[in-house]
Amino acid sequence: MSMQSESANTRPGRWQPAVTQDPMLHKHGALGQPVSRIDGPLKVQGKARFAAEFPYDGLCYAALAFSTIARGRITALDTTAAEAAPGVVLVMTHRNAPRMKAPSLMMSSPTAAGASDLPVMQDDEIHWNGQPIAVVLAETQEQADHAASLVRADYAPLPAVTSFDEAKKSPRQLDNLLGQPPVVEIGDAEAALKAAAVQVDQIYRTPRHNHNAIELHAATVAWTGDELRVHDASQLLDLTAGQLADIFGLESDKVRVSSPFVGGGFGGKCLWDHQILACAAARLAGRPVRIMLSREGVFRIVGGRTLTEQRVALGASADGNLDALIHTGIAAMTTHNSCPEQFTFPARHLYAAKSIRLAQEVADMDMLANTFMRAPGESVGTFALECAIDELADKLGLDPIELRRRIEPETDPTSGKPFSSRHLIDAYEKGAERFGWDRRSPTPRQRRDGEWLIGMGCATATYPYHRFPGGAARIRLTAGGQVTVSTAVHDMGMGTATAQAQHIAARLGVPLNQVSFEYGDTTLPRGVIAGGSTQTASIGGAVIAATEVFVEELLKLAGNDSPLAGLSLAEVETRDGGIGHRDDAARFESYESILRRSGRDELVCEADAPPPAEMEAFSMHSYGAQFCEVRVSEITGEVRVSRFLGSFDAGRILNAKTATSQFKGGIIMGIGLALTEETNFDPRSGRIVNASLADYHVPVQMDVPAIEILYTDIPDPQAPMGARGIGEIGITGVGAAVANAVYNATGKRIRDLPITLDKLM
Amino acid sequence: MNPFTYERASDASAAIELAKGNAAARYLGGGTNLVDLMRETVERPDMLVDVTGLPRGIEPRADGGLLIGAAATNTALAADSHVRRHYPLLARAILAGASAQIRNMATVGGNILQRTRCRYFYDNAAACNKRQPGAGCDARDGFNRYHAILGASPACVATHPSDMCVALAALDATVHLDGPTGPRSIALAELHRLPGDRPDIETELKPGELITAVELPPLPFARRSTYRKVRDRASYAFALVSVAAALDIDDGGVVRNVRLALGGVAHKPWRASAAEAALKGRPANAESFRAAAEAELAAATGLRDNAFKIELAKRTIVAVLGELTGDDA
Repeated sequence: MSMQSESANTRPGRWQPAVTQDPMLHKHGALGQPVSRIDGPLKVQGKARFAAEFPYDGLCYAALAFSTIARGRITALDTTAAEAAPGVVLVMTHRNAPRMKAPSLMMSSPTAAGASDLPVMQDDEIHWNGQPIAVVLAETQEQADHAASLVRADYAPLPAVTSFDEAKKSPRQLDNLLGQPPVVEIGDAEAALKAAAVQVDQIYRTPRHNHNAIELHAATVAWTGDELRVHDASQLLDLTAGQLADIFGLESDKVRVSSPFVGGGFGGKCLWDHQILACAAARLAGRPVRIMLSREGVFRIVGGRTLTEQRVALGASADGNLDALIHTGIAAMTTHNSCPEQFTFPARHLYAAKSIRLAQEVADMDMLANTFMRAPGESVGTFALECAIDELADKLGLDPIELRRRIEPETDPTSGKPFSSRHLIDAYEKGAERFGWDRRSPTPRQRRDGEWLIGMGCATATYPYHRFPGGAARIRLTAGGQVTVSTAVHDMGMGTATAQAQHIAARLGVPLNQVSFEYGDTTLPRGVIAGGSTQTASIGGAVIAATEVFVEELLKLAGNDSPLAGLSLAEVETRDGGIGHRDDAARFESYESILRRSGRDELVCEADAPPPAEMEAFSMHSYGAQFCEVRVSEITGEVRVSRFLGSFDAGRILNAKTATSQFKGGIIMGIGLALTEETNFDPRSGRIVNASLADYHVPVQMDVPAIEILYTDIPDPQAPMGARGIGEIGITGVGAAVANAVYNATGKRIRDLPITLDKLM
Repeated sequence: MNPFTYERASDASAAIELAKGNAAARYLGGGTNLVDLMRETVERPDMLVDVTGLPRGIEPRADGGLLIGAAATNTALAADSHVRRHYPLLARAILAGASAQIRNMATVGGNILQRTRCRYFYDNAAACNKRQPGAGCDARDGFNRYHAILGASPACVATHPSDMCVALAALDATVHLDGPTGPRSIALAELHRLPGDRPDIETELKPGELITAVELPPLPFARRSTYRKVRDRASYAFALVSVAAALDIDDGGVVRNVRLALGGVAHKPWRASAAEAALKGRPANAESFRAAAEAELAAATGLRDNAFKIELAKRTIVAVLGELTGDDA
């Protein structure tokens, strides 16, 4: 076996981000085809094993008991009844839990994975209502659940900040907003607003949301001496392994985490207390442990999207140019997490304005750490901004698409950088034509069907392109021509494995059925997280680098007796299962032939992705135009979304089928954000009251109309494969598109989500 | 869930014998509510007596009425051709509730005896007079969008969640019971109680009593009847307000007879007697309907989150009666 490992350099033929383009930018083959999920048959046959399905000899089952106060100390903890209950193996509390380091906050270091940096079950302090106070291990899940219900605690409560109205009286300034400045000022926006011919100045509110992936959070964990094996449901494998090693004082190679199948991530399948507690309890009991949270448990210990209160103020000239764009506000947060809900991000990049003021703060509360949830920031930020744009269009007497045409910027409005690729107006025009936007009356309340008022609305979708550094990929070629690419990345149902198999087939010029994509295990080359719509491009960067090493190595092996003799990386391409001269069809040798002639059984190459210089040089974002038609009962105020169309500009689409599903899924989640989803956080107790899927309303089948998806499919010249991530953008703009349609139907502006019927009566 | 024993009863007398004298025994129908409550440890029976083997027939009576076995599933009742033809409001009410899977499991008897979905009732960390008499009520000043606007008490503002029962109340259904002291019958409208100062006592059932059947009297004009449920999403949500109605109009456009009941508004399915009285003999028009609705809701009071339901109930009554009149407006 030959092993080559190289970091990026600048030899000719190498991809240099921001300088050169991915050579396969316009190459297609399997890329883009509507290939069905390669793991689909496994899943429908029940053969895909999820985190809570791994068998172990001596496995015991965990259940949690949760605190019922928001802040204070545990003064008495009675576990005697629980310990005496049938089948109980162990009751772990802060009194007998192993000593563990606290997690470090995500983004505080390259290996930190903590959603919160509070110590986990190390003392008698309570920091939120729902904090785990005991772990019960038993021989069956039912016995564990029963025993957990017998744990009794007394508390000495301390004053807790559980009311947002109270918390926002003492706002906290942020040092940074996910690495960006929390305040952006260009000119004097407040003065420009006052002087503007037309003004919109409104407050928009969005509520808390909770993660409700179909798969409950789960892990199966086992210790062998000082080695820890974790089967997790995860979208950040390597960070989880590193963080668990840190917490338990282990060398990082002693922790192996795998997660080949995940039933939905959305930002929630990260490292929370349950994996840490399961590992600790397994060590204490000396037995493997399976933990699967109840649905209530997910609400109690897995954070969700926080609530926001946002001001958007727009000042415009009579011809629809923006003199002032102001987007400010506050989000609830805690002192022990790092997720400020960056709702002012969209306004940094979307529209040209003579003066801009963007600022956001947080209000600290005693609550579970809030976290990332599909398009954190952009989902709720676009609600406020895109409603305000619609309000401005209405005041100006302009079609809202025409207004966006007039405020389309030439360069990034706040950074001044060139756009790598931006076709927002294109997306609007294609979407408008297909949706029949010209049938919309600019005046509200003009269309009805019996008691149902009908309206149309649109809004801009946007989400940034990111490519995370630090990922690596390994390519293994065997004598039979089979190619395996390996990297510790994730497929939470979005189709990573399928799209990457297509990518590898196209990049290496081999048929799809000769490609395997290995992922979901920390024994593989280091992968990036699956978050922030970054994974596809990040894998792309690593596979490009590995392919370059692979081709160079094959050229060396080919030697002087090959038609390829003397050719360099810059002169060749992969095609037809081998390497060929770019301009000379005759100069070609297959992979199999090169391996055979050089006496090899296989070739293995690994490389790290080059740093994401393209993000520094360009303003890189995906865009979209969301179109919505609603029917609103004039009698009851009920809202039904009757049609929806999303028209996206997200770079090149790698798989028409899985991408369409991703976009639709985002839109469906956006319909929930617009109409139904709201966590009821009781300000008296700091407790989530609707901790179940019966009471926390996600859209059901009947709430979801036929959804049509269009995309420009224009490759981004700066991105690997020309592709920007598509996981988040689908939800952005949906809240505003629905609210704007409701206005068009009824003449009522609803600026508080969700748009429930009482607000329209 | 607490440990319990499980017995299967072959008939009503066997069930009653098994549960006799045991206050901690519960009859188990489809389990779609009781099992949830056991998982939350709100219900802690030490014995379950499975009564799904009891009669489940749906049989027309000679007088034109209908006798429904308590173990009939909600799905079977909604699909029954006699129900669909003669009592369409009942079929529609059942189909407006829960999900297909739940309706396949849930029995008629169990549906009647399901308990409120007040979230504070389900959460052992919250104060609830229904779960723990004297503990207080966190719902009164808490999240109470789904709570009562009629017939509530300082002790409890919970609602009865059934859709089916709203139709049964409108139809003057009779509930047949059996128990340690022998069989008896009670009007459905009398079975459920208002909360008063004992919201933990929800029905007039005596200890050990079991619902064996529900009987619908004939009501020819119920062929013109319907059920409308207003809720926070299109399906799989409890009613904010629901209206079951049957309307009988004479050739002169005057209301000869009417049945009206409301769901989602009270601790029990709410027969709208005041509205019915106000409608009889009045012209079947929007004005009369509105006046009747006003009469029914005159005593309604709103809480923090649910005051809108007073107007919503009025509007829904007017819309449903309008629809039955053949008037879309």
